[in-house]
Amino acid sequence: MTPKVSLRGVTKSFGTNTVLCNLSLDVANGEVVSLIGASGSGKTTLLRCVNLLEQIDDGAVLLDGDEISAIGRDPNPVRRRVGIVFQSFNLFPHMSVARNITLALTKVLGLSPADAAAQAGELLRRFGLAEKADVYPDQLSGGQQQRVAIIRALAMRPEVLLLDEITSALDPELVGEVLDVVRELKGSGITLLIATHEMAFAREISDRVCFLHTGTVAEIGTPAQVFSTPSDERTQQFLRRVMN
Amino acid sequence: MAFELHRRSGHQPRLTTRQEHERRQRRRSSFIAAASTFVVLVAVVVLVPRMPRWDRVKQSFFDVNQMRNSFPRLIDAFWLDVKIFAWTTPAIFALALLIALARNSRSPALFPVRMLAAAYTDVMRGVPVILWIYLVGFGVPGLGIARPFNSPLLWGSVALAMTYSGYVAEVFRAGIDSVHESQRAAARSLGLSSTQTMRHVVLPQAIRRVVPPLLNDLVSLQKDVALVSLIGPIEILRQAGIDKSKFANFTPFVVAALIFLSVTIPLTRLTDYLWHRERRRTSGTRVAP
Repeated sequence: MTPKVSLRGVTKSFGTNTVLCNLSLDVANGEVVSLIGASGSGKTTLLRCVNLLEQIDDGAVLLDGDEISAIGRDPNPVRRRVGIVFQSFNLFPHMSVARNITLALTKVLGLSPADAAAQAGELLRRFGLAEKADVYPDQLSGGQQQRVAIIRALAMRPEVLLLDEITSALDPELVGEVLDVVRELKGSGITLLIATHEMAFAREISDRVCFLHTGTVAEIGTPAQVFSTPSDERTQQFLRRVMN
Repeated sequence: MAFELHRRSGHQPRLTTRQEHERRQRRRSSFIAAASTFVVLVAVVVLVPRMPRWDRVKQSFFDVNQMRNSFPRLIDAFWLDVKIFAWTTPAIFALALLIALARNSRSPALFPVRMLAAAYTDVMRGVPVILWIYLVGFGVPGLGIARPFNSPLLWGSVALAMTYSGYVAEVFRAGIDSVHESQRAAARSLGLSSTQTMRHVVLPQAIRRVVPPLLNDLVSLQKDVALVSLIGPIEILRQAGIDKSKFANFTPFVVAALIFLSVTIPLTRLTDYLWHRERRRTSGTRVAP
């Protein structure tokens, strides 16, 4: 079966700093894969290469077997199918919560304002934010802002959702509400690629866990394999550091 | 703050030692400010009239009868300044926005456009406004264009719009650059095109941030409109000059200055107010002195 997302020998450098080095990874349709690894190991860059926010230097990125990283390819149709949620939320501060969600629905998918508003309202209700529709982002807590950001990405009905350390900027007591949203997504058919420092969460939610080290996949396997019996020495070291 | 609250609720304020101290400090500062202002005012009111030729200056600059005489004509002429201001402002903003967008374009194919826009702002800002008014205001009508398109008033306004759009374009550009790249990333990741991202996400935030500097440029423009008089149109400055020659008295210039102030001071205060509000919003809690 064709993998949903496939990275083949991807290399990406910023100046002299090589962040991804001949990296290959396949993610099946509907699979949940967590990316773990130290800061600077390439997790964020990997995600940004999948929805073409970064241009890769070498290799190929495939979506349903289709080479989306090909030179001259229009990135916009790809981005409609691959959503991303950022560490720092990146809500549009000059728009209400509802408008944050409906902007792309009307401008990109061409929905009527009424249909877009109905869809946004439904999602906000589903995730317990119905009364926040007309509020501006700076009046929300970090956890609420991140939930809105997730809803904004989900509203586009993406086939793949990339989560880039979405709880790293949150106070500890707000992490739970955001992770609950992600838990709800698992099994809905959406493919999730999650960069995270929350090891317990990665272990709980992932079908597979992928440990990145200096821009390559050092180890990949089921959570049980990677967390309980890591075979790679670098994985063992990393887990020892973060687990206590 | 606590002091304010007490006062508003009508209770006798019970102040801590520190609040007491701060109140004394505030009183002391107010006293020093008031005293120094008073000294300067006394110096001006007492000393200037003692200058040897004060009588002559008073007569030729502050003649009350001349003020009454010139005021209606000057106000009428000022109406032309207002009109020039009113039609150049939208032109400046439109042109400036186009240039700023051209300079911020990222496509490699648009390199020549970026270069042209950069050259435009450099040339417009590098030459005194008055020179552009002479060159365009006399030069273009000199080509022999048919009326009414040969009026110095029209081309003087065009010269103003050209120079000011250079400055305002730089303000817009600074605003656009100040919007964090992550906002673009968020918009593009939702599938918005670069044009849609600029229009719906970047520009609205950028313009909000540069309202104070834009108003600042408008204050300058409001005054520089008078330069158009140098190529013919009888606006307030020129009318004041005519009155000065006719009555051999400089008072009309003083009246003209007061009329300008009556417009520019409120605009300046508004600009200041917006600056402070923006600063409060964006630069966090002030540190203790």
